[in-house]
Amino acid sequence: MGVRLGVLALQGDVSEHIRGFEAALSDIGEGLGCVVPVRRPADLEGLLGLAIPGGESTTISRLIQKNGLYQPLVNFKGGIFATCAGMVLMATRVDDPRVKPLGLLDMTVQRNAFGRQKESFEADIAVRGLDHPYHAYFIRAPVATRNEKGVEVLARIDAGIVAVRKVPHMALAFHPELGNDLRLHRMFLEGIGIQNSR
Amino acid sequence: MKLEELRFGTELLKRGFASMQKGGVIMDVVNAKQAAIAEEAGAVAVMALERVPADIRKAGGVARMADPAIIVEIMDAVSIPVMGKVRIGHVVEAQVLESLGVDMIDESEVLTPADEQFHIDKACFKVPFVCGARDLGEALRRIHEGAAMIRTKGEAGTGNVVEAVRHMRNIMGEIRALQGKSPQEIVARARELEAPSELLLETAKMGRLPVVNFSAGGIATPSDAALMMQMGADGVFVGSGIFHSSDPGRMARAIVEAVNHFDDPGVIAEVSKGLGQAMKGIDVHTLREDEVLQYRGR
Repeated sequence: MGVRLGVLALQGDVSEHIRGFEAALSDIGEGLGCVVPVRRPADLEGLLGLAIPGGESTTISRLIQKNGLYQPLVNFKGGIFATCAGMVLMATRVDDPRVKPLGLLDMTVQRNAFGRQKESFEADIAVRGLDHPYHAYFIRAPVATRNEKGVEVLARIDAGIVAVRKVPHMALAFHPELGNDLRLHRMFLEGIGIQNSR
Repeated sequence: MKLEELRFGTELLKRGFASMQKGGVIMDVVNAKQAAIAEEAGAVAVMALERVPADIRKAGGVARMADPAIIVEIMDAVSIPVMGKVRIGHVVEAQVLESLGVDMIDESEVLTPADEQFHIDKACFKVPFVCGARDLGEALRRIHEGAAMIRTKGEAGTGNVVEAVRHMRNIMGEIRALQGKSPQEIVARARELEAPSELLLETAKMGRLPVVNFSAGGIATPSDAALMMQMGADGVFVGSGIFHSSDPGRMARAIVEAVNHFDDPGVIAEVSKGLGQAMKGIDVHTLREDEVLQYRGR
């Protein structure tokens, strides 16, 4: 019985996250574990980590509540790797009443902080704990405008905070699952105790 | 971070935007009130129009890009992405929508084509495009021109899912038929499909289209939407089906849930109860050839 990771599969770039977790796991060791989609509360059982993908935070928030996943996610014992819409959902405060955030990371998040799709961009950013810059894809991205004690800032750009960590959780305003740089996946997996023993 | 180090409108950002729509429902709306209903129901995006396709059919004449005032009204009303339609080949309509700041452009056969030979060179734009397709060759030609998302054409404004089914089966069937073929055979097949061979090789390797593939054109009920998802669609567009039904808010919510639970008939049954009248619909076989929208652009 290997490691089990999940990806919240309600809406958004689920398959990219499954591929990302699979690549990060096989990077660490052959046959280390598996990645499963999560649609119902029972799917969370036995998971060490869960990705909350990018997508529309209003839609995902609505489906979390419809599918009875709100409380099970709040009580989830593993680590959560949240990107873009996922970061919005992890916050305690969101600037939009249509989103009911999980409140797992004590921070304030602003949706679509850069504007519409034409303001979406890619750029090299400095991330704490990585020795060289990370090429990040920001797509209608949010930012955190304020973080409270215990939520460590990993990356900040002019517009605000774009990467945070509170072990075992990580939240990113951008999309590591769209590229091939697995360093942030590895950092997350280390936080939940999965690492290369060599 | 210096501004000159930021890159906007790249291929990956365009395709990435489309990926974020997966598993979602994109709804046609004609004003701010409908847009708010769609957003409240859980739509991932709205398509801002002057008329839904069923009304475009009724109105006749030349169908063009919507009044920019309507598009701006809808953009101001919701926080989810807003898309707009332009005529096939109409570069300036696309430039206008890009300048308004829409999140995605649909180069659509639902409007009267402006160019019967060429589609828009979509790679020149920073805004992502979605285009209709009836088969794999057509889908790959559009991707080659720069489309970041494909949707089946179906037969818009009919409330009849039969053409969307035909087109999705064509595309998926042609992809399945690539399995087991040698690279040389795939290149030969690309010539038959009139598709770029590199894209067909990539499709064969991935076992799917290299961009997100939605379904559109005739989806009128939760079961229709789930049917398209079971056939392999990444998500659905619903045009006339929502605001031509008797209770649009409920129909919209039901279709969102049916897409989310497309493999759970119990949920689809539950959300389909007492939904009221779906749009009346048209038997596609009764259309005159010049009324069939899917023949526009190829």
